[in-house]
Amino acid sequence: MIFDSVYDTYRGVVTYVRVVDGSLSPRERIVMMSTRAAHELLEIGVTSPEPVPTQGLGVGEVGYLITGVKDVRQSKVGDTVTNQAKPASDALGGYSDPKPMVFSGLYPIDGSDYPVLRDALDKLKLNDAALVYEPETSVALGFGFRVGYLGLLHLEIVRERLEREFNLDLISTAPNVIYDVTLEDRSVVTVTNPSEFPGGKIMEVREPVVRATILAPADYIGAIMELCQQRRGDLLGMDYLSADRVEMRYQLPLAEIVFDFFDQLKSKTRGYASLDYDVTGDQAADLVKVDILLQGEQVDAFSAIVHKDKAYAYGVMMTGKLKDLIPRQQFEVPIQAAVGARVIARETIRAIRKDVLAKCYGGDISRKRKLLEKQKEGKKRMKTIGRVDVPQEAFIAALTSQQTETKDKK
Amino acid sequence: MPPALPDGDTPPDDGALPASAAVGAQDRAFGVYLHVPFCTVRCGYCDFNTYTATELGGGASQASYAETALREIELGGRVLAGLPGRPVSTVFVGGGTPTVLPPGDLARMLDGVRSTWGLAPGAEVTTEANPDSVTPESLAALAAAGFTRVSFGMQSAVPHVLATLERTHDPARIPDVVRWAREAGLKVSLDLIYGTPGESLDDWRASVEAALATGVDHVSAYALVVEAGTKMAVQVRRGLLDLPSEDDQAAKYEVADDLLTAAGLRWYEVSNWARTDADRCHHNLAYWRGDDWWGIGPGAHSHVGGVRWWNVKHPRAYATRLEAGLSPAAGREVVAGESAQLERVMLGVRLAEGLPLEDLSASARSAVAGLVADGLLDGAAAVGARGPRRALLTRRGRLLADAVVRALTD
Repeated sequence: MIFDSVYDTYRGVVTYVRVVDGSLSPRERIVMMSTRAAHELLEIGVTSPEPVPTQGLGVGEVGYLITGVKDVRQSKVGDTVTNQAKPASDALGGYSDPKPMVFSGLYPIDGSDYPVLRDALDKLKLNDAALVYEPETSVALGFGFRVGYLGLLHLEIVRERLEREFNLDLISTAPNVIYDVTLEDRSVVTVTNPSEFPGGKIMEVREPVVRATILAPADYIGAIMELCQQRRGDLLGMDYLSADRVEMRYQLPLAEIVFDFFDQLKSKTRGYASLDYDVTGDQAADLVKVDILLQGEQVDAFSAIVHKDKAYAYGVMMTGKLKDLIPRQQFEVPIQAAVGARVIARETIRAIRKDVLAKCYGGDISRKRKLLEKQKEGKKRMKTIGRVDVPQEAFIAALTSQQTETKDKK
Repeated sequence: MPPALPDGDTPPDDGALPASAAVGAQDRAFGVYLHVPFCTVRCGYCDFNTYTATELGGGASQASYAETALREIELGGRVLAGLPGRPVSTVFVGGGTPTVLPPGDLARMLDGVRSTWGLAPGAEVTTEANPDSVTPESLAALAAAGFTRVSFGMQSAVPHVLATLERTHDPARIPDVVRWAREAGLKVSLDLIYGTPGESLDDWRASVEAALATGVDHVSAYALVVEAGTKMAVQVRRGLLDLPSEDDQAAKYEVADDLLTAAGLRWYEVSNWARTDADRCHHNLAYWRGDDWWGIGPGAHSHVGGVRWWNVKHPRAYATRLEAGLSPAAGREVVAGESAQLERVMLGVRLAEGLPLEDLSASARSAVAGLVADGLLDGAAAVGARGPRRALLTRRGRLLADAVVRALTD
């Protein structure tokens, strides 16, 4: 069974295997059971820790094999290698594909970087089997990918690697989790992006839950409980590890911790708390989709799936923020947050009343013209939703800065 | 620090103009702007190119300034010799504070203009003046030298507003200086500034009423713009002064327009009102109409047939270049194509005579209907109810003129 493979510039793909049954020897013809590709074993050996060629690998042994293949995809982690002459009848169970739990959109800040981002994700995927992604377009952000991660750490790492190793500037939208929505007709829709959330009659929405273990000094129990309660957590248990150190176990919806839970936890405990979590399953919850409407026009990028009790808070927060981010237009622009057809929050951007330069200084017309040219340039970079011009920065700020925003409020 | 000069090409040392500048010159009026870069004090909001020292070193001083300026006038005579001869139809002396120079110096500079290009019959010759730097005698001397018009920097009638602006004159002098100027046979304009930090709507109303009470025939009202680098900008940044909102400025513009209109003054440019056509500032109109003018003095801007250039800013560098027989121009640009169209729209649309629709591109003409519907352009003028079809700003349009320009040049 293949458990890893790396690409060596001089030798091609080096595949690491553990022999489960039978044996492998050099110059044997082998077959990859999933792809049916046949290769000749050029070299086989063990790592100790440098690769040392051997005359074969027996049952239970761990080693490497080189077939001269250049394409990493030929040796998929979890695949079974077998002898071409007398193949094994069944492939080994392999590894189950990791299931992504957290999703977020990744968009290049510069639209022309899209192909670079695509290639970068392809390369990352080679040694990160857990990474899944599919192309996505957003009215606001253009072309990008919806990327699935195992969790928050994974999300951080992937984004960091893309930015560092591939020199990309990325916008990452607020992460969300995966929901199973059961409609009245009992069909189930899997939602990874709020814009896919079905309208109409919904019977049940299930969201993933985690079992979180928080270690912290006992002084902060109150603060932690308060935070977890806000985040719809259920206390499973609490143990004193020592006189002043406590372990708290909570069941929390994953959606509630993907965003800024950890930041909040750290700031409420002066950095002393640690968080560990495992996804344990899913639960039905009273979730709704909140849409944001600009002058009656729905903006997909701002939709979010939130708990019914928090829909109002989200609506107020988002409309308030957009009010500050969207420049005033020549007409009044209502910003509404709505659940279905019901408006739950509203802000109004008042119409701009003055947009004129009083005078040209001493006939410096070049200066005024350049200012207007700059304004026109700026307008080109805006997205027009209905008749409202929204600068790209507003989207970025509204989608990504919730973290800082909540911090500021404290 | 006064505002930076625009970026542009390097002009030739002899100041020669490209051949394109002469095209159609006989159809354009020709004016002269004379900059006097001296003040007794620098006001906190002012970012103009002006200096309070009387001696700036390197042959630049208030005493020798007229001499230096005359050299540039001579240079201008040589450069324009190749163009069709046009007498000067308007002269405007600005600053700075022109009246810190003795009337004799102003007269000598005006004589230089007269002997170099000749003054057209009935030419408008204006000087700016500080209300506290004139006397009945100095005004009579100016009139005798050939000045026909004086524009007083009244700014406000309210002491605390003048104090914030760091204007030193006594508002009680205004009626007197206006009377003296009229007795000397000069036309009078009063300049007002609105939107000063701490100015209430009533303060502003009082200022406009005080200006009207003198019976002037021309008023300019400019919104205060806090320019980067001024003392006021620093005060605003430190929180010592609160900037009025754009809404407040819009309200004050409307108050001014109401009061001035009621008193029989009509707007003829976004920030200028005059009783009759003859009372208008024709020099100012020439800027908006795209006529030619030569700007004399450090940092002065000139325009001849689509060529715009500007002089070095410091009086010392200015004097040094002229003494060496070189053009004081620091940079220039030849405005053509899209930029020229943007200038034509940006300048022309600000006038009460409107911008002929035939001067607009086809796509801009199609935007006119929308602007009329939005209440920014006058519907009757757009369909040609009186005279040719033109883009004429409504009052709302005047306050949003820059937005109109952007829409008409897309």
